[in-house]
Amino acid sequence: MGISIEHYLVLSAILFLIGAFGVMARRNLIIVLMSLELMLNAANLAFIAFANALNDMTGHVFMIMSITVAAAEVAVGLALIVSIYSHKNSIDVDILKLLKG
Amino acid sequence: METIIFYLFAILAVAGAVVVVSHRNPVTSALSLVLTLFSTAVLFVLLLADFVAVIQVLVYAGAIMILFLFTVMFLNLRPESLEFDSKSLTFKISAFFVVLLAAGYFASIGFRKGLSSLSPTTIDPKSFGSVEGVGKLLFSDYLLPFELTSVLIVIAIIGVVAIAKRREG
Repeated sequence: MGISIEHYLVLSAILFLIGAFGVMARRNLIIVLMSLELMLNAANLAFIAFANALNDMTGHVFMIMSITVAAAEVAVGLALIVSIYSHKNSIDVDILKLLKG
Repeated sequence: METIIFYLFAILAVAGAVVVVSHRNPVTSALSLVLTLFSTAVLFVLLLADFVAVIQVLVYAGAIMILFLFTVMFLNLRPESLEFDSKSLTFKISAFFVVLLAAGYFASIGFRKGLSSLSPTTIDPKSFGSVEGVGKLLFSDYLLPFELTSVLIVIAIIGVVAIAKRREG
């Protein structure tokens, strides 16, 4: 067994950080949502790695729930993006300043 | 062999993630996200999580990515309109915070002890991660959370329909 749980956790952290950077730095709302998926996926990888290390399948159950939440979130998020686009004719996050007084 | 597969698909996953974040064309980003999700599914198989790997490919790389691509084509964006601006203040601030997070995480590895000693028990590869094993857990110990996810999906469907209707009216 050459690969330990630390390898998976470091990979998960790297994927999470790349996703976090995308959420903060990109201006395209669709890319922001994709980066969010990347972060969720990194968390799922950590769940599965710990499930394997602890010999406990609870991590798999949590991962299935996390995928369900991600699917619901993407459906609502993309509907909102389409709605915003038809309203503002753009999905640039810098333009969305509706709450600014 | 296991080491080679891990490093191959780990590098593929990270490369796909970098392209998702950095490419200016949303379709390329979506397809790179498929690469990342698929590589992660291979790593799940490596971790003996067969059922979850299948779910990952079917739901994530299948259904969710179709939704993304459909929206990208529906909006018909101009590729040059939302370019990656590496000189903006937002970029610098995000880079600073990500480097800070990375430094904090990788510095804390030194203080962690005994994660490798977590795997004392031998895993039975036949039952671990199978449909039967996950299903038994899902329908006994986690029955209430499982049923609540169906409520969540109903709420999501109602929300999406409400948003789509308001747009027309």
